[in-house]
Amino acid sequence: MFIRSAASISPQASFSQLLAVPAAYTSNRLNCIEPDYAKILDPKLIRRMSHIIKMGVSAAMECLKEAGVENPDAIIAGTAYGCLADTESFLTKMVENKEELLTPTAFIQSTHNTVAAQIALMIKCHNYNNTFVHRGFSFENALLDAISLLQENEASTVLVGGVDEITNVSHEILSRFGLYKKDPVSNLEIFNSPSKGTIDGEGAAFFLLSKQASGKDYAKLDAVYTFFKPEGIDEVKMNIENFLLSQAINVSDIDLIIQGRNGDVRNDLIYSNIGQKLFPGKTIIDYKHLCGEYPTSSAFALWLAANILKTGKIPYQALENPKKILFYNHYQNIHHSLYLLSAC
Amino acid sequence: MSAPVFIAGTGIISAIGNNTAENLASLEQEKAGMGEMRFLNSIHRQRLPVAEVKHSNSELAEMAEMPAHVSRTALLSAIAAKEALADAAIENFHELRTGFISANTVGGMDKTENFFPEFLSNHARGRLRSVVHHECGAVTELVADKLAIKNYVSTISTACSSSANSIFCGARLIKQNILDVVIAGGTDALAKFTLNGFNTLMILDNKYCQPFDENRRGLNLGEGAGYVVLVSEKVAAKLAKKPACTLSGYCNANDAYHQTASSPEGTGSFLAMKGAMQKSNIKPADISYINLHGTGTQNNDIAEGTAIKLLFEKDFPPMSSTKSFTGHTLGASGGVEAVFSVLSIQHGLIYPNLRFQTQMKELPFAPETKFSKGNQVNHVLSNSFGFGGNCSSLIFSKT
Amino acid sequence: MHTLKEQIIRQLNLKDLKPEDIGDDQPLFVEGLGLDSIDALELIVLLQQEYQIKLASAEEGQSVFRSVRTMAQYITEHQPTKA
Repeated sequence: MFIRSAASISPQASFSQLLAVPAAYTSNRLNCIEPDYAKILDPKLIRRMSHIIKMGVSAAMECLKEAGVENPDAIIAGTAYGCLADTESFLTKMVENKEELLTPTAFIQSTHNTVAAQIALMIKCHNYNNTFVHRGFSFENALLDAISLLQENEASTVLVGGVDEITNVSHEILSRFGLYKKDPVSNLEIFNSPSKGTIDGEGAAFFLLSKQASGKDYAKLDAVYTFFKPEGIDEVKMNIENFLLSQAINVSDIDLIIQGRNGDVRNDLIYSNIGQKLFPGKTIIDYKHLCGEYPTSSAFALWLAANILKTGKIPYQALENPKKILFYNHYQNIHHSLYLLSAC
Repeated sequence: MSAPVFIAGTGIISAIGNNTAENLASLEQEKAGMGEMRFLNSIHRQRLPVAEVKHSNSELAEMAEMPAHVSRTALLSAIAAKEALADAAIENFHELRTGFISANTVGGMDKTENFFPEFLSNHARGRLRSVVHHECGAVTELVADKLAIKNYVSTISTACSSSANSIFCGARLIKQNILDVVIAGGTDALAKFTLNGFNTLMILDNKYCQPFDENRRGLNLGEGAGYVVLVSEKVAAKLAKKPACTLSGYCNANDAYHQTASSPEGTGSFLAMKGAMQKSNIKPADISYINLHGTGTQNNDIAEGTAIKLLFEKDFPPMSSTKSFTGHTLGASGGVEAVFSVLSIQHGLIYPNLRFQTQMKELPFAPETKFSKGNQVNHVLSNSFGFGGNCSSLIFSKT
Repeated sequence: MHTLKEQIIRQLNLKDLKPEDIGDDQPLFVEGLGLDSIDALELIVLLQQEYQIKLASAEEGQSVFRSVRTMAQYITEHQPTKA
């Protein structure tokens, strides 16, 4: 499958910017650098859109514009938390007003498929529309569904994306679960001093996938694979090895590995294990210091990989023009995913 | 890619019964499940009838064999999914490539909304246990773990078409030879969040709903879970109980008209039904029964009715909305109604549209008002249309 | 009517508008301001919250919300008298 275009709204301003000077934060929470939405979306529609919807719809519209596609054959989104701000707004009002005098907008916007639905509404797209909401697989499920539609010839272009947001409330509640770093740390340093906790992140990334090459594609998405709750490091290793085997490639064919370390020493143990067992001597880069940890961060990683293959440039690395990239990430050691990409 | 997908088993829990047999009995006896709120604690209790599953959380927990503090959404899901799996009686289940695709819209909100008042008063308060399964996907995983399914576990959330989308997503995974068996469908429990949300839209009926009636007033919210077990031809061939039907057609289309209202011509509904029939390779005249989305709102029923008028033109098959029995079970409705559709084929049943009195003046047809069995039911069309213009239609066909 | 316009702008999040931009008789729905059915529901809550007036159904809103003037007239006619 070809990635014809890719657009993202993330805690990084742009790919060229993060190559030059990645945005730095000293907080355990990375918020997105957001565009002037009025330049991308109809101002009359923006008034009702909350944060996540503006992010998702804008990234999608930029993606479609870049691909030169007005009406994709399918729109598929992945989001683990859905529209948190709207959910909180309605829930708070409901509690404060004791179920009286509630207004509909926040409720309507809180449904998980609002991003995909708004995109369809804006471009009047009557085609297949779906939203996956499965935690650390939300984006992967969306990708797999997109690939499957393309393979079945039910679609020739699919707009697919992953999006999740942070709100003050969500950050507080997740913090209470002990997920994040307690002491201030620069996002660019999270891998340097092993400690517990990661940093919270958010973002939206959308892609236009097609079975046909356009001559101007970012990259080829060769394969996507997921595995769930592996029982130990050996099962992780076996899944990765089987994946490579199924793609008829050896570790030596891979030029670059993008891995999902998140700075939490417990979480990152798997990556150092796998790195030693399977990838000694390979060029490996991280990505979560750029976007934070959240269930659909792999969408940011795919955007990063696509841009690396298109431009030939890798952040912090002298190596240029990689031809094959392997992506490996796990979310809380429950949802594990692998992507294989090639240069066009 | 034209490999058939068989339905090997069904599982359901709703306001009209705790399992398939009980639901069937209620349908036959024309006994609706609406009533006064017993388990949900809301100020709207006296005013709004709902179709609750007739058990407390602790009773459901016993039936589900899960801890009582778990979200009601997960409890309902576990009960129905276990029944479906048992019904399918697949001998070497754990050696096959299996999947669980469960849809829901509310996730663990029934617990979160009880956490929130304490949290709002003091951000350090509120039991974290209440929000750990807030996400839609977390509810699914509780049940996937119970069923010991690992190959493919996923959750879809597209409002009222959610579980219909789960079902045809599962079917495609089987057709593409990625999985052998998929338990697909959905679940949703009543929560104050949804009840109040729908109330702000002013589409709730304060009497028992009358879908497709000229004087309809709105919908009654319900809760429940419904799953079908989809299997490949190879697995079907080895089953002791031969499957009575296949999922022969499906389609998802988007109305792209408005966030919550359907277009007057029912564009999304029309495209979904037409697409499903095309996939199934059948004509409108081949449809034996339509299980309508039929929520009872002014908007849905006219849009859906108009789409049916345009698509079928003159020979309208028998049709009814079983939401007149179960209420609108939101994320579970596609799954619940898929089970009813399968039973319709298995036993030749046509369900009544309860409390129907006056034909809608815009439509040249009216729904069935009496339950009947022994009918020749070859193809059933089941509609599920949700917010965000998400329209899905499924077609079940006799083997 | 100026206050009413301010309230409408706030309730519907019409951030770029000022009360002066809304004509007294300008149609609010479909054309004119281009509001939709969700906005109508929001205005129903506005009436209840600010003026203690409860509309019986969403359909009643169609005539009441035709313009700011029709809204103001309805409020004057139906507002419960303060004790």
